[in-house]
Amino acid sequence: MTIDKTLVRYLESLARIELTDEQREETEKDLQDILTYIDTLNELPTDGVQPLSHSFPVTNVMRQDEVKMHNTRDDILKNAPEEKDGCFVVPKTVE
Amino acid sequence: MDILEMTATQLGAAVKSGEVTVKQALDAYFEKIDKYDKTYHCYNTLCRDEAYKRAEEVQKGIDSKTLTSPLAGVPIGIKDNICTKDIKTTCSSKILENFVPPYNATVVERLEKAGMIVIGKLNMDEFAMGSTTETSATGATHNPWDIQKVPGGSSGGSAAAVSAGLAVAALGSDTGGSIRQPCSFCGVTGLKPTYGSVSRYGLVAYASSLDQIGPIGNTVEDCANLFEIISGKDEKDGTSMEFPHFSAEKALAGNVKGVKIGIPRDYIGEGIAEDVKKAVLDAAETFKSLGAEVELFDMPIVKYAIPAYYIIACAEACSNLSRYDGIKYGYKSANARNLRETYIKSRSEGFGMEVKRRIMLGNFVLSSGYYDAYYQKALKAKKLIQQSFFEAFEKYDMVLGPVAPTTALKMGESLSDPLKMYLGDIYTVMVNIAGVPSVSAPCGFDREGMPVGMQLIGKPFGETEILNAAKAFEDATDYHTKKPVLK
Amino acid sequence: MEWEIVMGLEVHTELSTKTKIFCNCSTQFGGEPNTHVCEICSGMPGTLPLLNENVVRYAVRTGVATNCEITQYNKFDRKNYFYPDLPKAYQISQLYLPICRNGYIEVTGGDGSPKRIRIHEIHMEEDAGKLIHDEWEDCTMVDYNRCGVPLLEIVSEPDFRSAAEVIEYLERLSAVLQYIGVSDCKMQEGSLRADVNLSVRPKGSEKFGVRTEMKNMNSFKAIGRAIEYEANRQIELLEDGKEVVQETRRWDDGKGVSVAMRSKEDAQDYKYFPEPDIPPIEISDEYIEQIRNAMPELPEAKKRRYIEELGLPEYDTGIITGSIYLVKLFEKTVEITNNPKDSANWIMGELMKLLNDTQTLPENMSFREESLGELINLVNSGKINRGTGKKVLEKVFCDNVDPAKYVEENNLAQVTDTGAIKAVIEEVIANNEKSVNEYKGGKTQAFQYLIGQSMRALRGKAPAAEVQKILKELLG
Repeated sequence: MTIDKTLVRYLESLARIELTDEQREETEKDLQDILTYIDTLNELPTDGVQPLSHSFPVTNVMRQDEVKMHNTRDDILKNAPEEKDGCFVVPKTVE
Repeated sequence: MDILEMTATQLGAAVKSGEVTVKQALDAYFEKIDKYDKTYHCYNTLCRDEAYKRAEEVQKGIDSKTLTSPLAGVPIGIKDNICTKDIKTTCSSKILENFVPPYNATVVERLEKAGMIVIGKLNMDEFAMGSTTETSATGATHNPWDIQKVPGGSSGGSAAAVSAGLAVAALGSDTGGSIRQPCSFCGVTGLKPTYGSVSRYGLVAYASSLDQIGPIGNTVEDCANLFEIISGKDEKDGTSMEFPHFSAEKALAGNVKGVKIGIPRDYIGEGIAEDVKKAVLDAAETFKSLGAEVELFDMPIVKYAIPAYYIIACAEACSNLSRYDGIKYGYKSANARNLRETYIKSRSEGFGMEVKRRIMLGNFVLSSGYYDAYYQKALKAKKLIQQSFFEAFEKYDMVLGPVAPTTALKMGESLSDPLKMYLGDIYTVMVNIAGVPSVSAPCGFDREGMPVGMQLIGKPFGETEILNAAKAFEDATDYHTKKPVLK
Repeated sequence: MEWEIVMGLEVHTELSTKTKIFCNCSTQFGGEPNTHVCEICSGMPGTLPLLNENVVRYAVRTGVATNCEITQYNKFDRKNYFYPDLPKAYQISQLYLPICRNGYIEVTGGDGSPKRIRIHEIHMEEDAGKLIHDEWEDCTMVDYNRCGVPLLEIVSEPDFRSAAEVIEYLERLSAVLQYIGVSDCKMQEGSLRADVNLSVRPKGSEKFGVRTEMKNMNSFKAIGRAIEYEANRQIELLEDGKEVVQETRRWDDGKGVSVAMRSKEDAQDYKYFPEPDIPPIEISDEYIEQIRNAMPELPEAKKRRYIEELGLPEYDTGIITGSIYLVKLFEKTVEITNNPKDSANWIMGELMKLLNDTQTLPENMSFREESLGELINLVNSGKINRGTGKKVLEKVFCDNVDPAKYVEENNLAQVTDTGAIKAVIEEVIANNEKSVNEYKGGKTQAFQYLIGQSMRALRGKAPAAEVQKILKELLG
């Protein structure tokens, strides 16, 4: 896999992160090194292997449908950088 | 005996017998922290007032014999990615620099119920991403054995604090070696439990399918006692599992007679430092002399562990870390003029470079067009890695190996080369991928006097067996009693 | 050229569980902002989701009721995207293994014969929060009360060819969901939302055209209007030799137009992957069987039974069984009156008129269910006459009064004492000598006039037949 600036910029955009030119330069190289190494995984034959997403076969962990309130609104809002009328605040989402 | 010389279990007994009060224990530790933590920077936050307040309650509980845990009244440090109600939990990141959780992690609830007292939040690599504690936004922690060297990571603050005697015990978290590797670098003992045996509720997620909280202590006994307190099914964590109650007492028999131990050849081959290899092979001899059978075996899948690990961990991380956006909590950029900039600037200014790198790598392996070739492939490798361990466990009771290819590195050495840092995780990540438990214990020193650690890897929920073997080794050696001289 | 409209539907329905899908917060509608919110549904670091068992139960029930296959090994996946209404920045949903697949709902096709609309899949997911735009301060406020309310997304195949089919499907689907108790399907409260994927193609063509997705229709009527608008827009474009752009469009019902939603500046890729925090869900044959056996009577079966057993007209049963709220009212009323015909007549006549006049949906009726039956009994027993009955129903409908008590308090009961009626009529006869003479002279209208005068004097409270009888007797 070859990494180039366009791909790095695309990943920045997906990640909602913006690198400086210098960081981008560095990241391009680092990601290239890492992905080249990661690509050795292609040597591992995996035909017919079922992907394993959860380590152990635990199933059906569910809870009962009962209302329990743990927090107050203040608990939820106290860490908010900005708050108004019991709401979180963001810059206008519609133009 | 001096309070600061005691293990956590000894201190618990001394408090119970009335020889030491809870307040005296706190005084001793805070005094030592005040004296030395400027140099080593193990702690991000100290919670002195809260600790002394709780000490009164705990003392009453002990006096009235309602608190009976062997560790009641013992102070403990908590890695700063484990949520503590009304106490800052920063993950050593600027993006959470002022985050005060409105709730306690389940492990913290359990510690408190047992009468333990949280004294502070320990430094770590930012969001547990790193192997040196140098990616911390609050500054690096220094290795107590050599101030020029890293303590390992990501639970570097936890391991260094226990090693330096700035905490008698600590909790860390281990996603790819983050408990075991710093324990190895700092010469202390730590347990990465079976996935699902300790609740992750309240552990700020790095890679959800790999993360586990575990104990760090001076002795196997301390770790076993701590593990008994924090383990067990939690209804708040759907991935936590029901398993037979862990009893520290049973795990401390210290007998390895007839135990079959396998060492993967691939763990002591190319890339391992000579001193590390020697210490581990010496440990194997010790086990033999104690009556265990030790044998080498092949585990060729080892070389695929790091690629699989970084794909899975980074994929989950990029999703887990998307919630940091400057809206609900944490750092918000003052330079943002609209919604898009609120996201981009808050995240770009709030995250450090290693975190950004892993987020971007995660975005890559999950993005459309690459998902099958990378993420799906890694999940298949995960299956094969787990299978390799299960096959080994058909022949052996446990697997012995080094924790890391080297002892602690010089500060700054691996920061410049991320791939090199990732390769240092080669012996630890497989354990997380397979979900099995592993205990890291000191097994020697290199020629520069830096500690070397070994790990004993067990079957799922085989904590009793591996702790028992580690205890047998500890009883036969004195590496765990060696302490660094602080500056 | 003759064009064919091709549509598929994505319906989101909020489940009427007591709590949210992954935490114990209440799902109750309304409430002050951020008061039905906890550390889990607000996406605090370190929190973990824990699945509500009723969400799975309701999803399986929905699948069984819509002829779906149930997926017995289920997983959840994360759908990752940044938006302020989504605090974790991912929605827990199901991409790879949705809980139900390959179902259908029958509607009336273009030629009048039954037509199956195939359901591609139904999956479980969580709802997002609400954004409130502050006009004055140039900011948006975020309320997470709805965040984490369980949703089923019901995805159809592109089988619709007309707005009528779409609306009938939605009516039938929401009736089914209401019957099986999984959702109240209130479009105004957003508990039923339908996005329409629409494309057009020359009639006879097999190839699909480029489609657009329309959102934000808040009523069946709005959906009809939006479809008409969008089909015409696409046809006009194509006839002008232009192209349809694949995009999401927002319907503005006030202006009667749809507007393309601004494409995001940043890359969008949902990066789905298996949710590591939720273990897979296995659904046993027994579990499905249990749900199948406990399934209540569904709209079609109920309709047939009403026609065959109760002898109701087909049109009436269609209307009544179209809404679980009307069904409940009807069945309660029959229980009280033991008279299905009268019960249906009152609902189809007087109640429908009130619903129409006040623009009220059956689900928003707020009176005590027993009131209608009690009212009918008052009329049928002669306690009040039909005219009074209509007036009392109005009070029941608007103010939820108790019919018997209201009749009592307002002295509306009919006078049944013959002596008293006679006395009043005698007085009327005495005061209307002229009309009496006219009647006696053979003018029949005069009799009607005297009846009218008598009823007036009795303030409408005497049975008309009785008045007539007594009047006739007195006049000889």
